[in-house]
Amino acid sequence: MADAAPSTYRLTEEQLLLRDTLRQLADERIAPRAAEIDRSGEFPEDIRQLLASQDVLALPFPEEYGGVGADLLTQCLAIEQIARACTTSSLILSVQGLGSLPILLGGTEEQKARFIPDLASGKKLIAFALTEPEAGSDAAAARTRAVRDGDDYVLDGGKRFITNGSVADVISVFAVTDSNADTPRHRRLSCFAVEVPTPGFSVDRLEHKLGIRGSPTAELSFDKVRVPAANRIGEEGEGWKLAMGTFDRSRPGIAAQAVGIAQGALEVAIDYARTRKQFGQRIGELQMIQALLADMDAKVESARQLTYKAAVEIDAGARDAARWASLAKLVAGDNAMAVTTDAVQVLGGYGYTDDYPVERMMRDAKITQLYEGTQQIQRLVIARSLLGKPD
Amino acid sequence: MPLRIVVLTKPVPDPAAAAERLGPDGRLDRTASPSVINGNDEYVLEAALKLVEAHEGEVTLLSMAPPNGLDTMRKGLAMGAHRGVLITDPALAGSDYGSTIAALVAALGQLEFDLVLAGFDTSDGVGGVIGAAVATKLGLPYLSSAAKIEPDPGAGTVRVRRISPAGFDVLEAPMPALIVGTQLLGEPRYPSLKGIMAARSKEVATKSAADLALDAGSIGGDAARTKVTGQEKPPARGATEVVRGTPEEGAKAIADLLASRRLI
Repeated sequence: MADAAPSTYRLTEEQLLLRDTLRQLADERIAPRAAEIDRSGEFPEDIRQLLASQDVLALPFPEEYGGVGADLLTQCLAIEQIARACTTSSLILSVQGLGSLPILLGGTEEQKARFIPDLASGKKLIAFALTEPEAGSDAAAARTRAVRDGDDYVLDGGKRFITNGSVADVISVFAVTDSNADTPRHRRLSCFAVEVPTPGFSVDRLEHKLGIRGSPTAELSFDKVRVPAANRIGEEGEGWKLAMGTFDRSRPGIAAQAVGIAQGALEVAIDYARTRKQFGQRIGELQMIQALLADMDAKVESARQLTYKAAVEIDAGARDAARWASLAKLVAGDNAMAVTTDAVQVLGGYGYTDDYPVERMMRDAKITQLYEGTQQIQRLVIARSLLGKPD
Repeated sequence: MPLRIVVLTKPVPDPAAAAERLGPDGRLDRTASPSVINGNDEYVLEAALKLVEAHEGEVTLLSMAPPNGLDTMRKGLAMGAHRGVLITDPALAGSDYGSTIAALVAALGQLEFDLVLAGFDTSDGVGGVIGAAVATKLGLPYLSSAAKIEPDPGAGTVRVRRISPAGFDVLEAPMPALIVGTQLLGEPRYPSLKGIMAARSKEVATKSAADLALDAGSIGGDAARTKVTGQEKPPARGATEVVRGTPEEGAKAIADLLASRRLI
């Protein structure tokens, strides 16, 4: 694990200004919408426009394609600040990065020039479609097929749990291009940038979810959908590699989201402990409440530092990038669940109601233990990094 | 004709931090709290940015501050200002209005501009005299309490809608002129992320007292003609009643309370 020189970080003046600007934007423009977004379950188009107008959606993209060219740590700072106010809103940025990563990692110059500028400006949204009903953690078991036919591929199959699948203009779809039983499972998949709507593509339903309720999670079907071969990202059989490379860079973003949710809940709990009176004193003067708050702070800060460190290591090209990404998401996701649960505890009965945002934050935190690889998959990735991967 | 606008900006203690306090010498302890651009200055900066977007031109920020005033100036640059001038010198610490005005006047003397914009007042000093005094010293037309600023670069004039008890006065003056703006100019923008990234490469010139040919004996704390001789906390406020419920319920509760005190 120990590479020559450990990467260190200290936030630059620019990163601090960006963080503080996004915190103000989130406090003033996003937080006031969060409860209503959660209640209505509607995709917050206004927040999408706001993030686009402030160049927030341009963060993950290179400057030559209209992006801001931010490093991974800066992207994490942005996601954290938005998630502190509203998890659903932070997912708009997360998924814009997630869906685009296969193109950024494996796309040709022509493909980048064709797709990225509209994604960086926020004019178009992109989704990432790997998961299928029968292929969740075992993503290589995907059954959606892509068969070459002249200058096109024909896609058949279905995808499930696709964030922004119903609002995206482009979807990075992973499909089997080689079903030969002799081909290793990890070389059967290829990636395609599918521009929708297109004949044969449909959004079958949206999930009814515990949290991130304003973020549409779609079930998609592909019935003889023709995709130009020019939209295949990378070579045939490179899909798995692209998906895993994507996760190395997207999982720290989910960790940052978890840190943001936890920080938001901690701040509500602190504020409440300062003002709520019981037994003739502010509950913040009670040692049991103090201990809860101190432990929450320790969990948030340790998750934050691990997340920032992971982002820096991954950007520096660490050989064990997958381990860093999984460490960050594992710790940050679990800590966010613990901290938001404790925040509800600090607020007591009030915390269980929608008078306060902590119950929403607790529901939202749960997803960070599930998506982009469950916590069990993160442990698998870490253990393989420690023990060596079986061939 | 492009417009050249100088905006006076001051770093002040962040009101959100609520940590503003005076040091033992009666001066503001600037290490006690993070600094931000004075809120009213952001409104005139917004107006300046809109004017150069409409007419072309450039916005220069001018501050007198300790060296870390650069950090707050970056935010103004990230909002879209083109460059900055920071007057900073240990000899200026403790300046009262007199030496602040002298420094700003000297720095403006080295700049070319059509308009100087200043905020209504600052949230730390709350004097509200700097704009008028700088205009007087420089012999510039002084247009105050501006709710709208309409320059005509071709004619070399500027028209201002000034808030008055009756509504608005419309004033017109030749440029260059100094305008003190109000919050009616419009909400300041958030810096865009591209703006933040671009701010690093923008030029900020620093000027010492010597660069501005200021007389060392007439500036800073020793030359200040006003001194803070004491400080007191405001008297504690009475008990606070928090009204919870829907906006309708809240409005009714507040109206009932005011009526019970015969205030409405």
